[in-house]
Amino acid sequence: MWDIVRRPESIPDWFPGIVSCTVNGRTRVIRTATGLEFSEEILTIDPLLHRFVYRVTSHPIQFHLGVIDVIAIAPRDCLCIYSTTAEPDVFALLIGGGTAAAVDEIKRQAEVKEGNGNG
Amino acid sequence: MGRKILFITTDQQRYDTVGANGGTLSRTPVLDRLAAEGIRYERCQPTSVVCMPSRASMLTGQFPSTHGAWMNGVALAIDAPSVAENLKDAGYATALIGKAHFEPFMDVFGRFAENSLASLGVPTVEQPWFDGRRGVHRGFDYLEFATHGVMGPLHYAKWIGAQHPEVVKNFYEVVDHDYNVNAAGGGDTGAPQVKFNDVPREWYHTDWVADRTIAWLDAQSDDRDWFCWMSFPDPHHPWDPPISEIGRVPWREVPLPANYPTTASQREAILDDKARHWRAWYDGRLVSNYEAPAKWIPAKMTADQVREVNALNAVEVELIDEAIGRVLRTIDHRGWHDDVDVIFTTDHGEFQGDFGLLFKGPYHVDSLLRLPLIWRPAPSTATVPSVVSAPVSLVSLAATFLQVAGQPTPAWVEGAALPVDDADAMNRSFDATATEWDSVLFGVDVHVRTVVTKKHLYTEYRPGTMHTGTEGELYDLDDDPLQRINRFDDPAYASVKAELAERLAAHERRPGERAAPGVLTAPV
Repeated sequence: MWDIVRRPESIPDWFPGIVSCTVNGRTRVIRTATGLEFSEEILTIDPLLHRFVYRVTSHPIQFHLGVIDVIAIAPRDCLCIYSTTAEPDVFALLIGGGTAAAVDEIKRQAEVKEGNGNG
Repeated sequence: MGRKILFITTDQQRYDTVGANGGTLSRTPVLDRLAAEGIRYERCQPTSVVCMPSRASMLTGQFPSTHGAWMNGVALAIDAPSVAENLKDAGYATALIGKAHFEPFMDVFGRFAENSLASLGVPTVEQPWFDGRRGVHRGFDYLEFATHGVMGPLHYAKWIGAQHPEVVKNFYEVVDHDYNVNAAGGGDTGAPQVKFNDVPREWYHTDWVADRTIAWLDAQSDDRDWFCWMSFPDPHHPWDPPISEIGRVPWREVPLPANYPTTASQREAILDDKARHWRAWYDGRLVSNYEAPAKWIPAKMTADQVREVNALNAVEVELIDEAIGRVLRTIDHRGWHDDVDVIFTTDHGEFQGDFGLLFKGPYHVDSLLRLPLIWRPAPSTATVPSVVSAPVSLVSLAATFLQVAGQPTPAWVEGAALPVDDADAMNRSFDATATEWDSVLFGVDVHVRTVVTKKHLYTEYRPGTMHTGTEGELYDLDDDPLQRINRFDDPAYASVKAELAERLAAHERRPGERAAPGVLTAPV
């Protein structure tokens, strides 16, 4: 599961609605299916903790922090926790909806990769 | 060759805005003629008083508690049944032009097809759920979308942004900097969601929807059957019709609505007689519907603001009527007149000053519940014109379309086809209709169930932020048509209340498979 999310440029592969991105150093610019572009700052990619942290820096989002933690819980099982904090409230709801869909897609890809039905 | 179907919807239009229904503010000769030639329904009710659940009911023939799109911001499941799919399978060309709203508008990622179609390629983008049979989306072969403004990813916004960028700034900004529905006032009176819009009429979305419908009709072969859903975004707020047209209805000459109590004390007394979320909204202590601007306080609305909103609303209704007239002329020109059924309605109503309120929310009274519905059957059927006074529901539309097309009614459809007259309504037990409301947003949850008969309107509030589950409203439609006197706790109405409570319970117990409630991912 960590292999799926650890590379910043992989986000179009597992976040529904993000159709492309460019990565330049710690800056990632994502483009959505509606044609919107958002700049993001990548704060942490920790291969030991399996933690990916980023924040959206584009207007009109006043504050955003996205944290993906992948926690091994058994030899073939892991837990993915994808948390989002955002302001204004409306964007928290919108990004939260997208994040939930992303978690589903990460799970699906991980299961395909493992060739079984476990997470 | 069978009967073709032109299904016309508007958004947030009151029953009394149509001349045939007694409206006097706007002139609606086209709708009036359709009503005179066909069937006019005096008590049509939505399944929900907000857009997404109500529109999903039109498409599925199911109540929100069945189709699962239980509030605005909850997408209708992609595998939900669709009457358009059945019509497509029956050989109909299928189109939806204008406002769909089966999926959330606010969708920054474009996860929903309605929002990504215009960017990714119109009208044949392939999505993960596309199986080559269901049309582009939900059974429609052709889709072109519009909504209330000029921002966002839909086709109309992209068209006007590309073709006429100089006028985009003239439209009202629907949301504010915090992405809440804008409370900013405009016009002459400072009414919320009002703006003088310097846009040529032919570039406004009402005429755009008619233009695109005409273009689609022109592309159909003479002998192809078709189902065309022409869906106008107006007269839903913002009220910003083309400035060239606003002189049609001078707001200073507009009478106040019959249900606008003219003094604050009158308004407060009436609201205090209802469940307590009414007064809480009026005072600015509670907003339970995202589309009512969070920073707007109804108690501060002036009588002149009510007049101006109603005037601009009437202008928008007239523009729609004229746009429908243009489409009907195209149909006549193609020689299809005798074989086209025309059905006109809207998704829910609007307060427009009733009780001192504006917009909508979990408030089940005629302002929001009583809708215009006109069915002009294909003249070749020689249907006798009639007026149906029995209660009917938008949940009946899907079965009606299938009946017109000569198709069987699938088991998933909950509403029977519309009655053609009161005798038909009586024979088929059209005696009550239900409306549902469920919302959970930003810490406020409200759950409402209502049943309406010819004589009564009965509402129960389920436990939530403002209600314990014991509150309700009961109105006698014969002696209190404005629904100002709540008889819920009146001992004289105890037996009526018991009967209506049982009707609601029966609605909850109705047979059939329910979809899992969808996930809230946006406020609208």
